[in-house]
Amino acid sequence: MARAKSRAKSGSKPKNKARPPKRHENLLLVATRKGAWLFRGDAERKQWRADGPHFLGQIINHMVLDPRDGRTLLATASTGHLGPTLFRSTDLGKSWQESPKPPAFKKKEGGRTVKQTFWLTPAHGNEPGVWYAGTSPQGLFRSEDGGVTWNEFSGLNDDPQYRAWMGTEQDGTPDGPKLHSIIVDPRDPKHLYFAMSGGGVHETLDGGKQWKPLIEGMEVVAGFDPKTVTFHDPHCVRLCPSNPDRLYQQNHCGIYRLDRPGKVWKRVGKSMPAKIGDVGFPMVVHPRDDEAAWVLPMDGQTVWPRTSINGQPAVYGTSNAGKSWTRLDGGLPTNQAWWTVKRQAFAADGGNPVGLYFGTTSGELWASRSEGKSWNCMARHLPEIYAVETAQI
Amino acid sequence: MPVKVLIASPLRSYTGADEVEASGADLAALLADLDARYPGIRFRMIDEQDCVRRHIRFFINGEPVKDLRHVVRPDDEVCIVQALSGG
Repeated sequence: MARAKSRAKSGSKPKNKARPPKRHENLLLVATRKGAWLFRGDAERKQWRADGPHFLGQIINHMVLDPRDGRTLLATASTGHLGPTLFRSTDLGKSWQESPKPPAFKKKEGGRTVKQTFWLTPAHGNEPGVWYAGTSPQGLFRSEDGGVTWNEFSGLNDDPQYRAWMGTEQDGTPDGPKLHSIIVDPRDPKHLYFAMSGGGVHETLDGGKQWKPLIEGMEVVAGFDPKTVTFHDPHCVRLCPSNPDRLYQQNHCGIYRLDRPGKVWKRVGKSMPAKIGDVGFPMVVHPRDDEAAWVLPMDGQTVWPRTSINGQPAVYGTSNAGKSWTRLDGGLPTNQAWWTVKRQAFAADGGNPVGLYFGTTSGELWASRSEGKSWNCMARHLPEIYAVETAQI
Repeated sequence: MPVKVLIASPLRSYTGADEVEASGADLAALLADLDARYPGIRFRMIDEQDCVRRHIRFFINGEPVKDLRHVVRPDDEVCIVQALSGG
């Protein structure tokens, strides 16, 4: 304002000086078991500054920036004692306001209780202010006012068939069954996917009026019937931004790819090294190349240690849609590193080359500016990391 | 007639104080009044099925109270605590 005034007063044109290209700031949104951090990086992604903790002591399962306005942040929160809630910031985390109506099931006889809001997805670009949320136990919610108030979405939460597929809490993962991987087709706001651990992958073409399972080709634990939706445990599903007809999935039972309009998942994890296998939690896709994706395998043997394999963590990347995989562990610990990475804690940015970032169960934040070829540790000693998201502002 | 309500530390981000006042003929009404004064506080203690959350406890005059229909009298002192559970 002061500069504009001074120019008007002098009446002179500014010197014909080439304006430097607009510098953007990179953001990493890190959600942990004990609070949230924003890591602010320069345009080169070399220097990062930690901003946090926000909500120290609260369990933050997910924190996401609205790409449609570039300033609204939503963060899901709970504590060991208090019920779940959701916070919203419209100034990139300088201040937070609590949702007066966070996701909650309807009150009714035998009704369920949201333990955690686990997953957040902004809706289609043509639906500003609309968000979706997935909860534990499995529930699907929608906000139409930028995350201020939330309502159950599409009747799914009370649908008898879906309730049967969701099962009870005893059927779910030990820290609670979850609805996650809510995906919006960038070409059509009514075309949505979601996944449930457990309970399969599902799709609607009409904005949630009707949902159908999408589980063909997915395997289940030996001895169970893969036709039974309940037995399917997708851990993370991603849609390729460069080709919305292609999805990748990391499942309890392998890594898969699905090319629409096909309906049969192909287990592309079979081409992983046999010693490593294809069990893991996260799945990451390249923002501009639908042949490229990354996973971070974990030990899923015997009692499911959910650690790196042999204490030697590694990312595996494919550049040919899963036909082959390359070990990418440059800079990562070579032994006695028994952490792993949860399903929301591995993300790619939009840079060239793509930046990859993951947060570990031991509170380390790792980054690669070379699409996984080499890694460096950005932060240590954080609480257990639950989610990592990237954004540019 | 408002009564004294002692607030557990995790809930003081709502009240800004460890001791506040609220009114209500019974515990449910008192919690509703507390929520009107400090929006959002009730849902952290009471779930959507109107059940007390697993790790929240209420005491009235030092006695544990589990029934939200428990009558609150003018001289009562209500204490909200989080259960002594780890994690």
